[in-house]
Amino acid sequence: MIKHLLSGGDLDADTATEILDTAAEMATVAGREIKKLPALRGRTVVNLFYEDSTRTRISFEAAAKRLSADVINFSAKGSSVTKGESLKDTALTLQAMGADAVVVRHPASGAPHRLANWVDGSVVNAGDGTHEHPTQALLDAYTMRARLGRLAGLSVAVVGDVLHSRVARSNVLLLSTLGAKVTLVGPPTLIPVDIAGALAPATDVSYDLDSVLPNVDVVMMLRVQRERMNDSYFPSAREYARRYGLDGPRMRRLPEHAIVMHPGPMNRGMEITPEVADSPRSTIVEQVTNGVSVRMAVLYLLLGGNNR
Amino acid sequence: MTAYLITSVSVVGAAPTDLLIRDGVVAEVGSGLNAPDATVVDGTGLVALPGLVDLHTHLREPGREDAETVESGSRAAALGGYTAVCAMANTSPVADTAGVVEQVWRLGREASLVDVQPIGAVTVGLAGERLAELGAMADSAARVRIFSDDGHCVADPKLMRRALEYVKAFDGIIAQHAEEPRLTEGAQMHEGEVSTRLGLIGWPAVAEEAIIARDVLLTEHVGSRLHVCHVSTAGSVEVLRQAKARGVRVTAEVTPHHLLLTDEVVSGRSELASPALANNWSPAGVYDPVFKVNPPLRTASDVAALRAALADGVIDVIATDHAPHSVEDKECEWAYARPGMLGLETALSIALDVLGPEWDLIAERMSRTPARIAGLTGHGVDPAPGVPANLTLIDPAARRTIEPAELASRSRNTPYARMTLPGRIVATFLRGEPTVLDGKAVK
Ligand SMILES: [Zn+2]
Repeated sequence: MIKHLLSGGDLDADTATEILDTAAEMATVAGREIKKLPALRGRTVVNLFYEDSTRTRISFEAAAKRLSADVINFSAKGSSVTKGESLKDTALTLQAMGADAVVVRHPASGAPHRLANWVDGSVVNAGDGTHEHPTQALLDAYTMRARLGRLAGLSVAVVGDVLHSRVARSNVLLLSTLGAKVTLVGPPTLIPVDIAGALAPATDVSYDLDSVLPNVDVVMMLRVQRERMNDSYFPSAREYARRYGLDGPRMRRLPEHAIVMHPGPMNRGMEITPEVADSPRSTIVEQVTNGVSVRMAVLYLLLGGNNR
Repeated sequence: MTAYLITSVSVVGAAPTDLLIRDGVVAEVGSGLNAPDATVVDGTGLVALPGLVDLHTHLREPGREDAETVESGSRAAALGGYTAVCAMANTSPVADTAGVVEQVWRLGREASLVDVQPIGAVTVGLAGERLAELGAMADSAARVRIFSDDGHCVADPKLMRRALEYVKAFDGIIAQHAEEPRLTEGAQMHEGEVSTRLGLIGWPAVAEEAIIARDVLLTEHVGSRLHVCHVSTAGSVEVLRQAKARGVRVTAEVTPHHLLLTDEVVSGRSELASPALANNWSPAGVYDPVFKVNPPLRTASDVAALRAALADGVIDVIATDHAPHSVEDKECEWAYARPGMLGLETALSIALDVLGPEWDLIAERMSRTPARIAGLTGHGVDPAPGVPANLTLIDPAARRTIEPAELASRSRNTPYARMTLPGRIVATFLRGEPTVLDGKAVK
């Protein structure tokens, strides 16, 4: 097993599959009367959040607690950090507390990589800037495998603001490793330069959602921030929704078995309509549930729970 | 004054000869020189070049003396073989008045390790809104001839036109940091495959090329002189090539790091333009802000184009863009780190890798041409009887491994940590007095 989980690219196929299989075992815990395993008793997990993300923090917190770890939540926003305490100083503090794992969310790309240089414990990237969010990719892969029975050979469209999306980057890396084929769809302004060469050579790019939909098993809608409109990435919310939003008629162009995913939180009416989000094809609620199991598996394996 | 006899030294790569330095000037050049009163320096195996001249140095004083002072930067320069450096204006306060440029000039004289020639800001506070008192700086004791808002681009085309026109009155030159600010908003590194992989906002090559293209046309239109700072892209080289072919009075510099390092080092890979150097080195990790610099490190093909342009003269000089930063400003998240790298103590080694052992070309790109651009008389002149003894002695056969802690700069942000580089500065003479001997600073 690896020491840190910083990128979807850190995982080879065997390790990623081990995590997904472990997550499936962890999922059974959620069905028990006592939703707790003793695996990480006496271990300390710090949730170090430099950016508000209640969903992600709670998911990691639930995962750690179900494994009986001690959890320290450190919301770095508005704390000593704003008074000039550096990431390195914070790392030394965590070190002194004896943190076995640090789950870090940070607005700067690469901050978890820097942190990993300065702490002895494992670092889990819970989202860094516009870079990556590897546990999100793992839970997405888990959800696809649970719904469709496999990952190898799947065709996945990732639609929207790929440029700024850490979810998209981690998904491209992980899904390619696991043998799925990814097509990135969006306006050219929101597809980063050299994306295929940068991440996975087999990745396709399309600017035409309608032509892609009939051939995919999964369509993953990304959150689009309205602020992008003010920076001229696209002309208006209405035009965006018309060209790249997933509505009922578009959903019906999908093959019958295809599923619709969204990492949340959604802009209903922008990238996805309520009709689609609430349809049986949508996996949005399952993704949240699966997130806890996957994060349990990641913490368990990173902290060597399997060796104890 | 002391006399120095340098024996059997190869002057700019020619056959070994002796050099006698007396009263601040080169007194004699020839074999078998004899001067009983002179201190003998064995020059066997060494190459003598006219003292190196840097057109682009950040000395950080006044304002950030924790990162560098005029004295510590001067010492680093002397150890790097320099006898003159041009100090950039982005200090705090900004060098945009006669008072500040005279202060820097005077500090340089007091340190007397190299000649410190201040560069004046083009606009008040580097804000890009109003012209600074360029004439007053030109008339000051510092006799400023180069003006630059470096760190910022003079982006307003009308203001740039006015600046180019105005300095014609005293044969001044505008040194532009070419960066179209709207195209680089939030930019963190070169826009390309690596920035996409790392999720860092890209600084596109066209943001530099577009400004250079505009500026050479403005320069041509008003009949002035333009100097382009730290050219970093293959496209910029082509724009310059065309402008020079038309006779535009434009000169350009390239930094050592843009001649060696590619954007891949940001992702932790040891891909360098020089395989010889890559062999013995690898970056400390991914997102290491020591590699954050503005303009950013570019691709391997950009580096190849820059190397070729330096050799064929489309790029006139190597300038260090020596940019010291404190540990706090670099030991942090990439996005929050200040851009810039040290350069003075390692530039010659990189030049040796790129141009070596063509000593005449190295003298041209690192001494004669920068001295001419800056109007520094007495510098950039090959050792010959009667010329000021500003020179540097290099051992080209030596190799040294760069240890940041051993640098003379107050800062440690060298990109070459633990890299083994060719060449070593053995001695530097400023007007006949050694500032460096046996590879060590004399004071
Ligand atoms: Zn600059």
